[in-house]
Amino acid sequence: MSGAIEASGGISLKHRLRRAERLTRLKYLGLIAPLAVFLLLTFVWPIGSLLYRSIDNPEVVGALPRTVQALGNWDGKDLPDDAVFDALAADLSVDRRSPVLAGAAKRLNMEMSGFRSLLINTARKLDQQPGQSAKAAILAAEPRWGDIEIWRIVARNRSSVTPFYLLSALDLRIGDDGGIVRAPDDQAIYVDILIRTLWMSVFVTFWCLLLGYPLAYLLAQVSTGASNLLMILVLLPFWTSILVRVAAWIVLLQKEGPINKALIALGLINDPLQLVFNRFGVYIAMVHILLPFVILPLYAVMKSIPPSYMRAAISLGCPPFKSFWKVYFPQTLPGVGAGGLLVFILAMGYYITPALLGSPKEQMASYFVAFYTNETINWGMAAALSAVLLVATLILYVFYARYFGPARAKQITPR
Amino acid sequence: MQPSKSLLALALALGTTSLFATRTLADDLTVISFGGAVQKAQQKAYYDAFTKESGINVIAGEYNGEQAKIKAMVDTRNVTWDVVEVESAELYRGCEEGIYQELDYTKIGDKKDFLPKAVSECGVGTFVWSTVLAYDGDKLKTPPASWQDFWDVKKFPGKRGLRKGAKFTLEIALLADGVKPDDVYKVLATKEGVERAFKKLDEIKANIQWWEAGAQPPQMLAAGDLVMSSAYNGRIATAQSEGKNLKIVWNGSIYDADHWAIPRGTPKLEQAYKFIAFASRPGPQQVYSSQITYGPTNLKAVEGLDPKRVAELPTAPKNLEGALASNTQFWVEHGEELEQRFNAWAAK
Repeated sequence: MSGAIEASGGISLKHRLRRAERLTRLKYLGLIAPLAVFLLLTFVWPIGSLLYRSIDNPEVVGALPRTVQALGNWDGKDLPDDAVFDALAADLSVDRRSPVLAGAAKRLNMEMSGFRSLLINTARKLDQQPGQSAKAAILAAEPRWGDIEIWRIVARNRSSVTPFYLLSALDLRIGDDGGIVRAPDDQAIYVDILIRTLWMSVFVTFWCLLLGYPLAYLLAQVSTGASNLLMILVLLPFWTSILVRVAAWIVLLQKEGPINKALIALGLINDPLQLVFNRFGVYIAMVHILLPFVILPLYAVMKSIPPSYMRAAISLGCPPFKSFWKVYFPQTLPGVGAGGLLVFILAMGYYITPALLGSPKEQMASYFVAFYTNETINWGMAAALSAVLLVATLILYVFYARYFGPARAKQITPR
Repeated sequence: MQPSKSLLALALALGTTSLFATRTLADDLTVISFGGAVQKAQQKAYYDAFTKESGINVIAGEYNGEQAKIKAMVDTRNVTWDVVEVESAELYRGCEEGIYQELDYTKIGDKKDFLPKAVSECGVGTFVWSTVLAYDGDKLKTPPASWQDFWDVKKFPGKRGLRKGAKFTLEIALLADGVKPDDVYKVLATKEGVERAFKKLDEIKANIQWWEAGAQPPQMLAAGDLVMSSAYNGRIATAQSEGKNLKIVWNGSIYDADHWAIPRGTPKLEQAYKFIAFASRPGPQQVYSSQITYGPTNLKAVEGLDPKRVAELPTAPKNLEGALASNTQFWVEHGEELEQRFNAWAAK
């Protein structure tokens, strides 16, 4: 057989097969190339450059190039030698009102309040007389340059990448001896915020699953007409603007709102309850907003489960609840996993709902990302917090994929 | 979509060419401010009167304070905005970064005629706004007199509103703790001072309702959610004109100014100076403050104003007693650290 083919073509079958395969593979690649380029441009590249911002540190190197070079072999024990002061004087005399210098001043001020005026004032006041050393002139302009701590901060920024933002996002900083230490208690905030973000997301996910599961089950069981009506009731709020829904919750839950008024009228309470601008209000609104994200995947999975399985289990003598638990529920696990993961990841990034319905004790990580992006224009810190949030989410996703993912689901469904 | 886009481009092209044409033909001056009610008052008080007096036509524009736009103009040496209204912190940073021209005060007026807060290297203050203690006159029978009363939860039970952020909140805490207005920033610059402010805030932490937008305090006060609140004086004046009986306590108010500045490299430097000098005179500033409840920066402008109106302005001599000038430089230096500390404190 193989001899016949070889005789007719002159080339081996293997060879031709490989060539045909290569051609199809190229065709496939050509077909997915636009998508790959699109993903690269709109997803990988922006996220990559965002993550890079969390270690990017161009300001000091850009404004004080000679100084950072001269500081290259400084041991950090005594004041730097005259060569370093000469370099600083040379750097500062180039352009005393340059935006580059202002950028470096802003960056150094993040490490130590007051550095901004130190650098700017030195640049303005520096007036080196002939015969005067640069060191004397600089110290005359700003005596604070005689402090070693100031020089340690400059030296710490002689590289164009820095761990500063990422460490800050984990409530850590570089100590005097160069080692990593914990931030003082009154400045430590982000670890608590991250734990809070995770905890609130878990809590919201739990309640979404608890409330969404029976509803999805109902949707899957009732007649088409009724399920269509119910589905519209689920989708209508889903399509409504999130701001409208949040504002509606404020109206409902506020002190003079209908819920408090009704409870007082019923005689259940005497004074209005604080239902909004606290954790309770945030949970209520988040569960309400995220509920459709768990109902829809659960419904899709439940619709695909043939009712005959349950009937078979019951007709073979298994009690109804046990057959639900042993036969039906395991088959819905992929839906539970998908819906839960979707809600969890969305909840991790929640910003507007806690901002409007919560107190400062309810703000999640993304609130601080927005704070640094818009208000203080400290994009390094915003990027670092995003990176920490992204890593935390990815770790949880890996965990999910390991225990609920497609591989695991396959083991369950064929049973 | 397409036709409207090309129409827009055409309009833009026409607009720019006509702008260039007039710029070369006549002695026009482009003045940019924050728009809205502020610009309306400026048009009446400054732009029209200035044109009448000097023959220089004013092209009024508006922006939202974006410094990037001005920076781009200065960097590319294509400055088409001649005079710009800027807020304090932006002016301070812009001056450092070389975006704004250092001013020659001999061309503007005597520095002594202005509020100290209004005089700076690259800008002249044009009006003053204030953060005040406000309450609803219908609900509080005994009016509060100071931030000390704000802290008195027994005498005035209920929630208090403060702006969510370290700026102004820490100053208010120190004022309530008995620090004199002149010493507030000296105290706040020390570690112990910051501790003291946060300790003071701890006393009423459970009673604070934080607000973020300037429109919130008058609304929350009127709705009875708050017993008193810090608020911007202009917002309270607006609510008053809408018939609400909200009251202002000027004692311990914190004021700040908006400024005129000249982007570095404008070809109309002389005209820009002329305009700023005109807008800094008592007469035009009086007209401005009769239009809107923001205070004139020229100390002489208050003298000729209707006494009833003066009582509503942050710069009225009586209202300035016990008032505190917001220290821009302090906040540019310490803002990051204190805001972070505030966030950490508020989140616990």
